[in-house]
Amino acid sequence: MTTSMIHDIGYRRYEGRRLGRAYVLRSMYVHNLRAAFGLGRPARAKVMPFLLAAIMLLPAVGAVAAVGLADLTDPPIRYSQYAVSLQVIIAIFLATQAPVLVSRDLRHRVVPLYFSRPVDHLDFVLAKLGALATALFGMMAVPVTVMYIGSLVNKMPHASRHLAEYLAALAGCALLALVLAAIGTVVAAFTPRRGFGVAAVVAVYLLSATFVLILQGLAELRTQFALAGWMGLFTPFNLVDIVQVRLLGAEQSSAAVAPGPVGGLVALLLCAVLVVGSVPVLYQRFRKAGLS
Amino acid sequence: MNATIASITFRAMLGRRRALLLLVLPFLLLALAIGLRAADVADLDVSAGVLQRFGLATLLPLLALIAGTGVIGPEIDDGQIMYVLTKPIPRRVIVLTKLAVAIVLVVAFGVVPTLLAGLVLTGTTAQVAAAFTAGVLVGGIAYTSLFVALAVLSRNAVTIGLLYALVWEALLGSVAPGARSASVQQWAMSVTDALTDASAVTSTVRLPVALALLAAVAVAGCVLAVARLRTLPVAGAE
Repeated sequence: MTTSMIHDIGYRRYEGRRLGRAYVLRSMYVHNLRAAFGLGRPARAKVMPFLLAAIMLLPAVGAVAAVGLADLTDPPIRYSQYAVSLQVIIAIFLATQAPVLVSRDLRHRVVPLYFSRPVDHLDFVLAKLGALATALFGMMAVPVTVMYIGSLVNKMPHASRHLAEYLAALAGCALLALVLAAIGTVVAAFTPRRGFGVAAVVAVYLLSATFVLILQGLAELRTQFALAGWMGLFTPFNLVDIVQVRLLGAEQSSAAVAPGPVGGLVALLLCAVLVVGSVPVLYQRFRKAGLS
Repeated sequence: MNATIASITFRAMLGRRRALLLLVLPFLLLALAIGLRAADVADLDVSAGVLQRFGLATLLPLLALIAGTGVIGPEIDDGQIMYVLTKPIPRRVIVLTKLAVAIVLVVAFGVVPTLLAGLVLTGTTAQVAAAFTAGVLVGGIAYTSLFVALAVLSRNAVTIGLLYALVWEALLGSVAPGARSASVQQWAMSVTDALTDASAVTSTVRLPVALALLAAVAVAGCVLAVARLRTLPVAGAE
């Protein structure tokens, strides 16, 4: 005769109010945004992002000081030019921090832990993309804002023109941040080892930039300026510069930009394809890594 | 040299997708060379420019960074290096083996493609192909040694290496001439310059100085890496 019995240990389901999808998304977004700057992690992880942020700020502070001391009427660096001129620093920031957000979860196999909670797979990916884009936007927008505030403090002439250029540059920065975040996260998601992820992201940036620059130089040598402009589509900073120049009325900062409003629209379309296209790729990648 | 460490390192470097990443880099250089040759724009100046800007200034540092930090960085990062360090093998042998593996990788994926690209672009005119191959080889050894040392010294080796290669050599090099003379790239260019009489190849550093500095960097990298590996504090994976 068996004496087994089922005890009622008083287990009850949680029946209170749940915080919902928006709260989950926001939590993951904030967590990833903090991770992008190494906040909440050891000091070793904070060194590089903050060092790079400081380097990004340096030229802006210098420009403001130069304007104040030398009474220049025009800022030495244009707002829309800032991100393009410092593209190397931004690319290094992207390369070091994209794997921090993306590769670590895959490598330490903690993605299943996320997905065993009521976390939407799409939200998981969107939070990572959004956080990286926000971090990149901060890296670029803060120095540009410093320069703008500097122009106000220094009482530079043509205040309304400054405001218009500043806002256009912010729009350019936002677009650039989205495009770079999309490229960076996708590349990093396929290289789970951190060192390789960094190298892979920077390789994509560096090789495309050098490749395009060399071909543009050759095309211009043969006076095919339109061709040189169209080649700008194949490297992220030049791509966004085309949008800035053709649709936002900025002055040209790259070697060559695609001609006419058509060039701008094509570039904008390509940006949209990159950003939107990265979501399903990341979705697939994390869904599979979550199961295996 | 230790054959077992070498074979393990090779396997780690060439396993799965990593070999793909390493292969894409030289493939782009060769594609560019073949494309330029096919479009018939590859005169001597253009060829030297392409070999310098794409081969020596972009491909080589990137490749040396991937190989140099890749052979030892990830192992230190996740603590696997303990399994090697606890064996009765001198640290010097470990570092030298890893360095040799990295240099072999740089030769296979950087020096040989440079030679091929040079031959495609210029044939044997003015020994441009051979000169750049020599330049990339000596530069590659110095870079690799430097980056292996960095990987042993710091967890942020890749980023520091990038800051050096991209900011110091490329960005500051174009603004401040002083920074240009203090860069592995310029010393490699000096070697290239000495071996070819193509006028497009110029360098700011004289050959004996460049050779001495290249050797100094390579040796200093080795010594530093060995010294640091002797006293490496091994923490668990972060």
